[in-house]
Amino acid sequence: MTKRLVVIGNGMAGARTVEEILARNGDFTVTMFGDEPYGNYNRIMLSNLLAGVESEEGIYLNDLAWYQDNGITLNAGVRIERIDRFAKMVYATDGTATPYDKLIIATGSSSWTPPIKNIHNPKRGFHQGVFAFRTLDDTRGMIRYARDHERAVVIGGGLLGLEAARGLQNHLSEVTLLHAMGHLMERQLDEKAGHMLQASVENKLGIKVITNAMTTEILGKDRVTGVKLADGTVIPCDVVVIAAGIRPNTQVAADSGLTVERGIVVDDQMRVQDEDDIYSVGECAQHRGNLYGLVAPLWDQAKVLADHITGRDTEAAYTGSKLSTKLKVAGIDVASMGLIAPETDDDEVIIYNEPKKGVYKQLIIREGALVGAILVGDNSKAASLIQSFDRVQALPEERAELLFDIGGPAGEVKPEDMPDDAQVCNCNGVSKGAICGVVNAGCKTVSGVMDKTRAGKGCGTCKPLVQRIVEWAAGGEAEEDPAASWYVPGVPMPKPELMAAIRKYELKSVSAVFEKLVPGGEHDAKSKMGLASLLKMMWADQYIDERDARFINDRVHGNIQKDGTFSVVPQMKGGVTTPAELKRIAEVAERYNVPMVKLTGGQRIDLLGIPKEQLPAIWADLDIPSGYAYAKSFRTVKTCVGSDFCRFGVGDSTALGIAIEERFQGLEGPGKMKLAVTGCPRNCAEAYVKDLGVVAIDGGRWEIYVGGAAGAHIRKGDLLATVGSAEEVIRLTGRFLQYYRENANWLERTYAWVPRVGIEKIRAVVVDDAEGIAEALDAAIEEAVQAYKDPWKERAVPATPGQFRTSLPLTVLPQVPVRS
Amino acid sequence: MTIAPIETTVLGPIDEIPFGEGRTYAVGPDMIAVFRLRDGSLRAVSAVCPHKGGPLADGQIDNKVVVCPLHLYAWDLATGCSQSGQPPINVYPVRVDDGHIILGD
Ligand code: SRM
Ligand SMILES: Cc1cc2nc3c(=O)[nH]c(=O)nc-3n(C[C@H](O)[C@H](O)[C@H](O)COP(=O)(O)OP(=O)(O)OC[C@H]3O[C@@H](n4cnc5c(N)ncnc54)[C@H](O)[C@@H]3O)c2cc1C
Ligand code: SF4
Ligand code: FES
Repeated sequence: MTKRLVVIGNGMAGARTVEEILARNGDFTVTMFGDEPYGNYNRIMLSNLLAGVESEEGIYLNDLAWYQDNGITLNAGVRIERIDRFAKMVYATDGTATPYDKLIIATGSSSWTPPIKNIHNPKRGFHQGVFAFRTLDDTRGMIRYARDHERAVVIGGGLLGLEAARGLQNHLSEVTLLHAMGHLMERQLDEKAGHMLQASVENKLGIKVITNAMTTEILGKDRVTGVKLADGTVIPCDVVVIAAGIRPNTQVAADSGLTVERGIVVDDQMRVQDEDDIYSVGECAQHRGNLYGLVAPLWDQAKVLADHITGRDTEAAYTGSKLSTKLKVAGIDVASMGLIAPETDDDEVIIYNEPKKGVYKQLIIREGALVGAILVGDNSKAASLIQSFDRVQALPEERAELLFDIGGPAGEVKPEDMPDDAQVCNCNGVSKGAICGVVNAGCKTVSGVMDKTRAGKGCGTCKPLVQRIVEWAAGGEAEEDPAASWYVPGVPMPKPELMAAIRKYELKSVSAVFEKLVPGGEHDAKSKMGLASLLKMMWADQYIDERDARFINDRVHGNIQKDGTFSVVPQMKGGVTTPAELKRIAEVAERYNVPMVKLTGGQRIDLLGIPKEQLPAIWADLDIPSGYAYAKSFRTVKTCVGSDFCRFGVGDSTALGIAIEERFQGLEGPGKMKLAVTGCPRNCAEAYVKDLGVVAIDGGRWEIYVGGAAGAHIRKGDLLATVGSAEEVIRLTGRFLQYYRENANWLERTYAWVPRVGIEKIRAVVVDDAEGIAEALDAAIEEAVQAYKDPWKERAVPATPGQFRTSLPLTVLPQVPVRS
Repeated sequence: MTIAPIETTVLGPIDEIPFGEGRTYAVGPDMIAVFRLRDGSLRAVSAVCPHKGGPLADGQIDNKVVVCPLHLYAWDLATGCSQSGQPPINVYPVRVDDGHIILGD
C-alpha cells in the first residue's frame, strides 16, 4: 500500500533524499515542508551568486515543475513547529496538520550569531545593515544593501567568511575580515598555511584581515556605522556579515521529544534513536557523535536512508564520512582534508613551503596511507590527493609525486586509475561508476551524461574530468556530441562543410538552407540567427534577408530589455563627441522621457527603456547612425586621448580609433567584436583585453593584440604584429576580422577562437600570407565594408508591416525604474 | 495542453503578419500572440511568457515552437507545452478567412 512520507526541510539533504527514494521507485505519496519560499536550490552556490558569477536561475536544483512531475506536494514557505510522534502528525505554523507513515527531518542548520552587543534590533531581527549568510533571502538582502554602501566587515575567517568577503567585493569597495582566532580557517589549516592564505587574501584580493579580533559591539543607532573590538579598536563600516559558524536546527525535534544532543541522534540507517518511523538526514543529524557541515556526507546519508526506507537494502549502513574541503574563491587555491597536524611521533610529515609564491603543501602519512593534507596556492594535486585520502590507497614511494607532477600531464587524474566509487562531481555527488554506468547504457556524449547524472552541473570545476571519464569509458569512441561540432544546432554540419554546401547550392536565404541541407527540410528556430549571420557574411548584398531569421534585436535594431522595451545606443566613434551632439541626445532624452541615460562601458551613451513603437521617431530626432550595441557584430573602438593631449602619448590613438570604427562599423560576425586603440603602453583604453587592441609604442609604431577579453572571461591578447603605420594597422585589422568571420564558430568570441587556432597560425595567414589567401580576405572585407547601411534608416520605411508595433502592454513584466 | 475558449473575433488582415513572425493582439482582457508560420498556417498563443513575462510575439519561431526573446525558453505552438519544464501557455484556435485572421472557432 502506498505510504505517506512527510519531509520537514526542503534543502539540499531533504530534496536529495527524496530524489534517491524516487530513483528506487519507493511507493510513497510525498509531502515536503520548507521554511524557505522556494523550490530546492544549491546553497553552495550562494557564494557564487554573491560574487556575481552565477545567476539566481542558475542555482536551482529542482524547480517547481519537478515537484509537480513527481507528484510531490511542496509546501514552500511553511514551517513545521511540532511533531506528534504518537498520533503521527506534523503541525505547521499555518495551523495545518499533516499525517505521516514515515517522517524525515532534514532541517539543516542556521547561522550562529555570536554574543555581540547591539547586534539585534529589538523590533526586527538584526540591526539594520547586519546580515547572516545562509539562505537565498540573506544573499539577496545583502546584495541589495551592499550596492548602496561602501564598507563591509565580515565576522568569521572560515570558508564561509572568506567566500562572503570575496563576494562582497563585487558590490562594494572596502572589505575587512575579522577572525577571532590566530589564523584563518584554523579548522582546516595549520598556522603556517593560515598565514600564507592571509597574505594572499590581503595582497591578491585586497581584503584586509584582522586575526585575534573579538568583536564586542555593533555601533550605530539606526543602522550600522562600525564595529568595536575587545581591544577598543573601532572599524567604521556600513555592512556587517556574520559567518561565525552554524548551529543545527533541532528545536522542533527537541520540542517533540526526540533524542537531541548536539544534533538529532541517528543510527547507521539514519533512523532517529528509538524511533521506528522517523529519520533524520543532513546537517541537523548527529551520527556516531559527529555533525557534518558539508554536502558530501549528505549524499551518502541520503542513499543509505533511501535504501532502507524503500526496503531496497535494509542492511545498508552509513558509517561516517571523511571530510575534504576546497575554498571557492577564484585565484586563491586552498584545499584541506583530514588531519592538519601529526598526532604521533610515527606520523610522516612532508612539507613544501615557498612563501614568495604563496605556495604551501603539507601531507601527513600514517602507515603508508594519507591521513591529512593541506594545499595553499596550488590545487593541481587536490583531486588525486582527495582520492588517495578517501580510498586509503597505496602511496607512491617517491613522495614528491604526491605534491608535484613529475613528468606526465599536469595535474590530471587518469580515469583508469580511479576506483569506481571515487567521487567526480563534488557538488552533485556523482561517482566515476555512475558516469560509466550511463555511458555503458548507451549515452556516449559528454552533454548527455551531464544531463543524466547532473555531474558537472554544480560549480562546474569537474567538467574536464567528466569529459575524460566519458571518453575513457566509451573506450575512445566517445561519440562527439554530434551537435557539438555543428555550426548551429538544427543543421547537421560543421562550419567549413556548411559553407561549402551553401556555396555549392548557392543557398542565399535561411529557409533555403533548411530546405536543402536538413533531412526532412525541418526549420529550426534556434538556428536562424546564426545562419542569418553566416549568409550575410558570405553573400553580402546578394543575401536574401528573411526578417524572421533575425533575432528581435536585429529586427528593430535595439537591445530588448527585461520589460520588453529597447535600448538605443547611438554611434560615437572612438568615444569622441561634440557639444552639439550631446545637446541633441539630451533633447531627445527629455522629449521622450527616457527612463535612464547612461554612459556605457563602451564609451558612449545609452538611452534605456524605449518602447518599440518610439524607436523610429527617436532615431530620426537623433539623426546619428546606430552604434550596433545589440548585434553579434563590430561594436566599438574605445580610445584614449593619445598624443594630441596626453603628455605620455606616442601615437594618435583617437584618430586611428575613429578611422577603424568608421571603416568596420556594423560588420556582422560569429560573435561581438570590440576593439580599442591606446596611445601608449599605459593602456588607458584597455587595448590588451580587446578582441583586437592597438597600442602605440615609441618610434611611431603600433602593436596589434588579438584575442583579448575582459568580460565573463579575462585574457590578455596575443601580439599579432608590430607595424609602422596606421594604414598597416587598418589593413591587418580588416584581414584579421575577416579570417575570424570566416572561421570561428557561431558565438565563439576571439578569446576562444584565437587560442583554439593558435596565434602562430593566425599570424602566418594574416601577416605573412602563408596560405596565399590574404588578397581574398582583403577583397571580402572590402565588399562587406561597402555593403554597410545604417539600419536606423529603416525608420523612414519599415522593412515589414508592423515592424515597430508593440508586443506589449504586458503589465506583468517587471518594471524598470526611472532614474532622473 | 490547454486550448482556451475564446469568442470568435476578426483580428485584422493577414498581411499584417510577415511570414515567420508574430504580432500581438489585444482581445478583451487577453493579450494574444498570433504567428504566421512559413508554411502559411497560423498559430495563436497567450502573448505573455509565463517565465518572466517576455513578449512572445517578439520571439523566433519555426514550424513547431516559439522561442521567447528574453531567456530563450521554447514552447510548442500547437500544444502550448514547454520543452524545458516551464508552465504551459494557452493556445487558441485561429485561421485565415478571406484574407483575414479569425480567432476562435
Ligand atoms: C550597455 C552595456 C553596459 C553599460 O551600461 O555599460 C552592456 C550591456 C549589455 N551587455 Fe555587455 N554591455 C556593455 C559593455 C560590455 C563590456 C565592456 C566593453 O565593451 O568594453 C564587456 C566586456 C568586453 C567583452 O565583450 O567581453 C561586456 C561583456 C558582455 C558579455 C560577456 C561576453 C563574453 O563572452 O565574455 C555579455 C554576454 C554575451 O555576450 O553573451 C554581455 C551582454 C550584454 C547585454 C547585451 C545583455 C543582453 O543580452 O541583453 C546587455 C544589454 C543591456 C540592455 O538591455 O541594453 N556583455 N559588455 C555596455 C555597452 C557598451 C557599448 O557601448 O556598446
Ligand atoms: C554560502 C554557503 C556556501 C557553502 N559552500 C559549501 C561548499 O563549497 N561545499 C560544501 O560541501 N558545503 C558548502 N556549504 C554547506 C552546505 O550548503 C550545507 O552543508 C547543506 O546545504 C546542508 O544541507 P541540509 O539539507 O542539511 O540543510 P539546508 O540546505 O540548510 O536545508 C534545510 C532546510 O530546512 C528548512 N527548515 C528548517 N527548519 C524547518 C522547519 N521547522 N519547517 C520547515 N522547514 C524547515 C530550512 O529553511 C532549509 O531550507 C555552504 C553553505 C553556505 C551557506
Ligand atoms: S549590463 Fe552586462 S553586466 Fe550588467 S546586468 Fe546586463 S549583462 Fe550583466
Ligand atoms: S521571460 Fe520568456 S523565457 Fe524568460
